[in-house]
Amino acid sequence: MNGSVGVNVSAATFATSQVLVLVVLSPLLIGLMRTVRARLEGRVGGGVLQPWRDLRKLLLKEPLQAQGRSWWAMAGPVLLVSSSLALCALTPLLGTVTFPSLPDDLFVVVSILLLGSVALALVGLDAGTAFGGMGSSRHMMISALVEPTVLLSVYALSIPVGSSVLSRIVEARLDDPASVLSPVSLLALLALTIAVVAETGRLPVDNPATHLELTMVHEAMVLESSGRDLAWLEVGSWLRLGVLLGLVSTLLVPWGVATDLTAAGMLVAVLALVAKLAVAATALATVEVALAKVRLFRVPELMAGSFVLAFLAVTASYLVVQG
Amino acid sequence: MSTTHDLTATQLRGAVAALLGEGHRVALVAGHEDDDCLRVVYVLVRAADDARVELTIRVPKDRPVVPSLADLDYGIGRFERELHDLYGITPEGHPLPARLVRHAHWPSGWYPMRRDAGPAPAFEPDVGSFPFVEVEGDGVYEIPVGPVHAGLIEPGHFRFSVVGETILRMKARLWFVHRGVEKLFEGQPVQDGIALAELISGDTAVGHAIAYAVAVEGALGIEIAEQDRLIRAVLLELERLHNHVADLGALANDVGYGIANAHAQTIRESLLRLNKQVTGHRLLRGGISVGGAHVLDLPPAAEITSVAHRVAEVVDICLSNSTVLDRFTGTAVLPGEQARGLGVLGYVARASGIDVDARRDHPIADLPGLEVVVEHGGDVLARYLVRAREVQASAHLLTDLLLRLAGETGSGSVRRATGGRAGIGLAGGWRGTIAHRVEIGTDGRISRVKVVDPSFFNWPALPVALADTIVPDFPLANKSFNQSYAGNDL
Repeated sequence: MNGSVGVNVSAATFATSQVLVLVVLSPLLIGLMRTVRARLEGRVGGGVLQPWRDLRKLLLKEPLQAQGRSWWAMAGPVLLVSSSLALCALTPLLGTVTFPSLPDDLFVVVSILLLGSVALALVGLDAGTAFGGMGSSRHMMISALVEPTVLLSVYALSIPVGSSVLSRIVEARLDDPASVLSPVSLLALLALTIAVVAETGRLPVDNPATHLELTMVHEAMVLESSGRDLAWLEVGSWLRLGVLLGLVSTLLVPWGVATDLTAAGMLVAVLALVAKLAVAATALATVEVALAKVRLFRVPELMAGSFVLAFLAVTASYLVVQG
Repeated sequence: MSTTHDLTATQLRGAVAALLGEGHRVALVAGHEDDDCLRVVYVLVRAADDARVELTIRVPKDRPVVPSLADLDYGIGRFERELHDLYGITPEGHPLPARLVRHAHWPSGWYPMRRDAGPAPAFEPDVGSFPFVEVEGDGVYEIPVGPVHAGLIEPGHFRFSVVGETILRMKARLWFVHRGVEKLFEGQPVQDGIALAELISGDTAVGHAIAYAVAVEGALGIEIAEQDRLIRAVLLELERLHNHVADLGALANDVGYGIANAHAQTIRESLLRLNKQVTGHRLLRGGISVGGAHVLDLPPAAEITSVAHRVAEVVDICLSNSTVLDRFTGTAVLPGEQARGLGVLGYVARASGIDVDARRDHPIADLPGLEVVVEHGGDVLARYLVRAREVQASAHLLTDLLLRLAGETGSGSVRRATGGRAGIGLAGGWRGTIAHRVEIGTDGRISRVKVVDPSFFNWPALPVALADTIVPDFPLANKSFNQSYAGNDL
């Protein structure tokens, strides 16, 4: 009984810290990516703090609503942010201690991810404009292709561990660092990275910097939102990017993640997470400079490719387990 | 080689058909109001021998009707609709007599170019205004875009009928910003028309100024000094360079390849600064005058060569990216046959295999080093390559011209007009052949200028090229055409 309370306290502490750290870091992460890209292109850029300034500006503004919008215009952004915060709390980015009653199971995480996607797509449809509908339809098409890859690649990682709980997978990798470099792990992580890039609307799938309405995916859905509503949508999407980048980098480099609650362990875990996210974001932005956006109808080919990688990872993991 | 014929309405059809059959194309159709009648001038030109033919018919003011020739030539059909909107001259038997220039909130029966038009009247409600064809069927939906866009783009409304992501039909609605440029010319001293011509389309200041100046000089019989002709050619190439470089970057940017755009815009900026040294204006205004041309300073040949080298590098980086190449290739194909049928001009025509270039066909200066770039793909890649190769050809031509000029900066003579006559000016602007027709009154002031930017001919080709294109590729297709709204709307 006592032990269970202790676990719950530890889990709550880790969950709260993860939420706090990611809320602070995610806008900075976006700022970092934009700055890296700007510098590599020979521009000065707006600085790492610019997304935070934008957020402050948007939060102070009254949201203007298109004619014929429903209550979903306000509820949707809140649901997206809530789902993103839930992801932050569940994913084992700082510590692997989880609530016994609510494990960070793979299927739970993917469901919450999908919940946010649907909330966003409905926001796009809500105003009834052509752009919003177009963005939502493209977003759902991409989501439908991404989710199986995410499931399959994490599933491949879970087979050697015998559990689909993310923290068990991270713990297993901490115990046996050699497993990180196994073919199964590398294939699965590569597939997962491509899926994350697509899910978060980065190049080559979507161009977050475009002003061309007809080419947009994510931007088209938020086109009719303004003020606070837009701020929540932005925060929600940035948090998703932060969590998913964090997940990939934690799976690739599990060191630093705490297995029990201590002050020193927490400090190391936070510092490690900041470093991992900074490196991952810089790497992503650097690669993006060299990429162009693929034609929309090539996105399925890209996603099929990542699905095949994930599938190979699953197959290989059975071979390894059997061997 | 210019001939004029006064015809009756019944002779017109036969004459135009015969000229079209002999390889002429319609350069412009202009309405005029004389004291006793309305007059319509059809200008047809031929590339092979630079022949220009003017056909004039007069119609009474109380029954302003001309026979429609829309079935002979697509361009004439559009000129006739413009004629109806601005002068109230009805093309009889026109297959699509809808309004073109004036949107429906302009009062009917009010024709802005007529002498008695007076100040612009109050707008009426825009009801049942534009005949957008509704495409019906399972899953067809419409996407309206513009006229206000997210980027710094001029106003144009595009209506897409789409199934899934594939465009079934696109209709462009332009003429949101009719400024009455042609009306503003009336009554000005000829020399002052230059400043106005430079404002017709901001990115084509030199092209329009030259077309205007050549038309006035033709009317007044002014001979231009050889060095002034060369200076004009230099300015025309400088204009081509900065516009093409901007487009080469923007095309890469539209497929999300920002780094190529960043470099292209850096090169463009250095060109604009060079322009400032040359004429005192970043967009090259102020170099052309009626009777001559003059620059403050000639651009250093070494700098032109270095620009060409840097552009070649950017193009190389761009096309070696397989995603960029994939996005460009086969996108928005304008087949040569359709381009020919629509009378398309400039790089759009040359990318569809049509060998047309006013610098060679209607020369304003002797250019032995001129290379006319032709590509045959008709897709975005072809239009990209035509620009890329033209930058090199242009730089080559410039170095040649600078050598011939040997430091001369042009006499810049300014002529005053005496007596009234009419003249045609054709100039090979960066976007294509620009045509001006100027009439000078007996008081030596301008009585009428008809302006035709190549965009007038090229805009209708964009919807044609969109067949089987997907919606997210439209911005790229549109950028590869990059037609002027202002030059079209006048």
